[in-house]
Amino acid sequence: MHWRRRLLGGLAIVAVLLMSACDFSGPQSAMSPAGPVAQAQLDVFMWTYWLSWPVMLLVGGVLAYALYRFRAKNEEDSKTIPHQTHGNTQLEIAWTIIPVILVILVAVPTVRTIFASEYRIEREQYTADDVIVRATGYQWWFKFEYPVEGFVTANEMVIPVGRRVIVELDSADVLHAFWVPNLAGKRDMIPNQDNQVWFSADAPGVYYGQCAELCLGAHAYMRFRVIAMDEADYQAWVDAFQRGAELTQNVQADPLVEQGRQLMAQKGCIGCHTVDGFYPGVAVGNPDYPDLTNFGLRTTVGAAIRENTPEHLAAWIRDPQVMKPGNRMPTLWTADDPNAEEEAAALAAYLLSLGVASDETTATLGGTHGDR
Amino acid sequence: MSAHTAASVDHTASHGTYKSTNLPDIKLMMWVFLASDIMFFGTLLGTYLVYRNRSLTGPFPTDVLDIPLTTVSTFVLLMSSFLMVLALHSLRQDDIFKFRLWTFGVAFFGAIFLGFQIYEFIHFVDLGLTLQGNLFGTTFYVLTGTHGVHVAIGILWLLSIFVHSFVKPWTSKDEVYLEVAGLYWHFVDLVWIVIFTVVYLVEFI
Amino acid sequence: MAIGKLGAPPVVGQPPNTLLTRPTWTEGLFSWLTTVDHKRLGILYLVTSFIFFGLGSIEALLIRLQLAIPDNTLLSPDFYNQMFTMHGVTMVFLAIMPMGIGLANYFVPLQIGARDLAFPRLNAFGYWVYFVGGLFIYTSLFLGGAPDVGWVAYAPLTSLSNNPGLGTDFYMIGLFVSGIGTLVTAMNLIVTVINMRAPGMTMMRVPMFTWMMLITSFLIIFAFPPLTVALFQVMMDRTFDTLFYVPAAGAMPILWQHLFWIFGHPEVYIIILPAFGVISEVIPTFSRKPLFGYPVIILSGIFIGFMGFAVWTHHMFTTGLGPVVNTAFALTSMVIGIPTGIKVFNWLGTIWGGKVRLTTSMLYAIAFLVTFTVGGITGIMLAVPPFTAQAHDTYFVVAHFHFVMGGGALLAFISGLYYWFPKITGKLLDERLGKLTFWIMVPSFWLIFFPQHFAGLMGMPRRTQTFVPGIGLEIWNLLSTVGALIMGVGLILFVLNIILGFVRGKPAGNDPWDARTLEWSTTSPPPYYDFDRQPVVNDRDAHWVQKYPESVHGERVPESASEPYDRGGAHIPGQSWYPFVAALALLPFSYGWLYDNMWVVGISMLVVTVATYAWALEGVGGKHIPVGDALDADTERGEGGRS
Repeated sequence: MHWRRRLLGGLAIVAVLLMSACDFSGPQSAMSPAGPVAQAQLDVFMWTYWLSWPVMLLVGGVLAYALYRFRAKNEEDSKTIPHQTHGNTQLEIAWTIIPVILVILVAVPTVRTIFASEYRIEREQYTADDVIVRATGYQWWFKFEYPVEGFVTANEMVIPVGRRVIVELDSADVLHAFWVPNLAGKRDMIPNQDNQVWFSADAPGVYYGQCAELCLGAHAYMRFRVIAMDEADYQAWVDAFQRGAELTQNVQADPLVEQGRQLMAQKGCIGCHTVDGFYPGVAVGNPDYPDLTNFGLRTTVGAAIRENTPEHLAAWIRDPQVMKPGNRMPTLWTADDPNAEEEAAALAAYLLSLGVASDETTATLGGTHGDR
Repeated sequence: MSAHTAASVDHTASHGTYKSTNLPDIKLMMWVFLASDIMFFGTLLGTYLVYRNRSLTGPFPTDVLDIPLTTVSTFVLLMSSFLMVLALHSLRQDDIFKFRLWTFGVAFFGAIFLGFQIYEFIHFVDLGLTLQGNLFGTTFYVLTGTHGVHVAIGILWLLSIFVHSFVKPWTSKDEVYLEVAGLYWHFVDLVWIVIFTVVYLVEFI
Repeated sequence: MAIGKLGAPPVVGQPPNTLLTRPTWTEGLFSWLTTVDHKRLGILYLVTSFIFFGLGSIEALLIRLQLAIPDNTLLSPDFYNQMFTMHGVTMVFLAIMPMGIGLANYFVPLQIGARDLAFPRLNAFGYWVYFVGGLFIYTSLFLGGAPDVGWVAYAPLTSLSNNPGLGTDFYMIGLFVSGIGTLVTAMNLIVTVINMRAPGMTMMRVPMFTWMMLITSFLIIFAFPPLTVALFQVMMDRTFDTLFYVPAAGAMPILWQHLFWIFGHPEVYIIILPAFGVISEVIPTFSRKPLFGYPVIILSGIFIGFMGFAVWTHHMFTTGLGPVVNTAFALTSMVIGIPTGIKVFNWLGTIWGGKVRLTTSMLYAIAFLVTFTVGGITGIMLAVPPFTAQAHDTYFVVAHFHFVMGGGALLAFISGLYYWFPKITGKLLDERLGKLTFWIMVPSFWLIFFPQHFAGLMGMPRRTQTFVPGIGLEIWNLLSTVGALIMGVGLILFVLNIILGFVRGKPAGNDPWDARTLEWSTTSPPPYYDFDRQPVVNDRDAHWVQKYPESVHGERVPESASEPYDRGGAHIPGQSWYPFVAALALLPFSYGWLYDNMWVVGISMLVVTVATYAWALEGVGGKHIPVGDALDADTERGEGGRS
């Protein structure tokens, strides 16, 4: 028996060490909240977590003690017949009451948190201070519309710190879920159902999100980011989008960029992707595909699966199936096309130039590039 | 204390072994089956109700449903349940002629009901209500169709009893087999009353 | 094989009006195809379910290998989706649930002193339908791809436009068919427990495993119809273009979730209540004490079963049902923690003051207690909607339900298998190898699933074939995968132990554990007629009281304590081809539906109908064995007792 107990003890020590050595925080962790909603959700979890310790210790302790004390010592002892107790009413009442109390202890903060964090904000209750975003799930990316500000973007939602963000959720095909663990728990995106989630961020930062409802194909790569900025930075970002067409037309001086712009048309990219101001005054693209307006302001490529660097972007354009298997973006070149790398680089250069042409936006947004 | 002294030993029913409840197994089985079947119809009816008034295009219930016609077929089905009671009563009295007559009558009335339903379906399709046309069509046909299949199985069952009663003459000892078929038949009848109320009548309130 | 000689009733006269000659094989393949003996069917259930369990484990291992490191490309996303879907479908529908049903098939009649289920041929039909359904689903791997929509198959992912392959059809039709088998078996068990208890066995004397199976069977008959209807609706959509789950026509995809979970939550209890039953047999036996608080355990089981139908939307807390609905279902879900807690305390109370023998079976039961308690606690956490908003569809949930389904149900069934193997085969399993396996299996189980709590909290969604490096998920996934590999070794040892037990296990005797319930009063393995004479029951733990009347009754031992019931004799039902034929015809039926060939469907239905008529007309058949002395004269008796 001794080696077993030692083994168990050793395992327990290893487990405790592992757990204490580990940092549970992270850009996609529910354990590092960055806003009041996620904080409330974590608080009620931690409460249940601490309550679970006495239960575990009670059950485990009684079990261990009983097994030790009442074990059959030897073959002879194992044949004796202990007193045949059928029950004990007082004890049974006691251990009916214990779980009842525990359940009440869990239930009260639960109900309070539900009504504090899950209520629905009707449209007429929206205030001027709220940021409204309409999020639509597609296989396998997110469309973010800012109806008040009047523009559309994809896979990266920029929000101002401290203001309430109300996200109206919809799906264009199958079920998806909108989930930014640092800011709020998930809410499903369901066709024909107006779901909503709201939250706010306490501090500037990049918060990772991911689709949490199976949608096949590239589901594992259906990611997004919520980028919280100070009010001034946010206004600059909004401004860049409101002037998207103007910014797009200002950037075509560089020959590589100009080549990329022409390839956008030649290769048929604009058949699906909108680029605001691509042809002055002419709408391109299709609203059911990711909008590339001001793409240079994005921090990521391929629905938040890689940092938005020229290399990643060119590789993504060259063969999207390598980086994100199963996605629906076509590969534009055959494997042996000698011009493929160069053309992909030109397209990348063009896209990266979008939205960052004017000096003031470059200055304010530079800080959001890269992973924090 | 000695529960076994009060227990009956029925050599004819089932296995001829001890039965804890004195009820034949087959009768208990039918009750259990019907309890389960309630959930089948409950789910179908629930689906119908969830999708009620959600059809985007017509025809809508009030466009096609014909209360007087369906009232007649409902009445026929109700009468078949009455005949079922008579059939069972006759078998218990060993009045085999009447037992056969009423059993056949139940099946015949059931067939009339089914005929009404087939007519109704054909008529509705003519009016543009199809299985694929709108949610009302989808849920209506699947709900009433499932009920129709239950009726058809019941008819087949009763006709089988009718035929079997000539192959191997039935006596009052066989009553449990007719009783079980009767339970099923009454249940199917009852389900129709619910469907008729929820699907047909409610639309015209 | 030894169990091939479990016996079958001797030849009887042939009824003239049947299509197929009434089979009378006692050995060989045909005896198994035509058997109606609950013990043989129980063995078939157990063997089949463990084969499916093996397949499900291989799928799990592939999943864990894929997730060993981030951005792994071992499995393609498509294949990965198929693997976790098949893993879920297999474990829930084809492995763990049938394990419980298999044990019930074998032991419910023995525990209540009956000689078979109420409808032996229907029982055979139920098994073969389950077999056919499972086989059908597994052929999908060779016919264009397995289902890939997750075991919950949420609409509208299952619509023809979103999922044009055959995988979804395999899922829908396969579960539809195997569900029929589960339903009829549950109905059969209900009638059996209600009506076929031995004289004197009142409901308050019924062994706990049988009680839990009765509750489980009620759950099945109420829970499976909604699933069956929902499966049928999706198949109607896919075959006949109906609109049940077509959002463009105004349909609400959430309806599927409601119907699925009205089935799905009771399904959880359909899996765990038999496990509670097993534990409630094992712990008293190896503590040599009666089950503590027997009536309370029954009541809490009934309460759990009843409440099981009132908590389904706690699987849907993130679908936006609103704070009122979420509150209501959070409270009902938490309330279920109360009877579950009571059960755990009652099992502790059973151990307390006993004489505990730490056999392999008992070790698994103890591991069940600890593991299940952890799963129960995370269950309470998940009943908190604000937390579920974070944890839903993450590895936290994966960890939780593996703690209750794997650490709960599976460990309990393994415990039950070690407990009852001697009764089924007449041979003992090797205890040393058993304990070695235990010390591999249980710690590795914890190593797989405990880290998954952390992976989930740190943002890892389930049903994703890869995860992002750099956000803290690597270590937890690696630990999980290492655990899975170790558990694979444990499972191989487990199978080895079972095989060794069959081949060269030591003779067990009738009652190796000095146990308490009636199945231990007959031979190991039991003869085909189960009991020489139908027992008469005057107490709970009837067999124990027969052995040690004074331990329960003190000096005042009732006269009638061991008087056998000697009226009526035994009726041994005859074998039959028709359940097998009717069930087998559902295989072409399924493929016909799958490939939209209504001729094949029609002909299959015709075969089912003809088989049903022949079934009804051939009658129960078999043999009536008169009281007592006839059995003594039966030549097979001695052989049945030793083989």
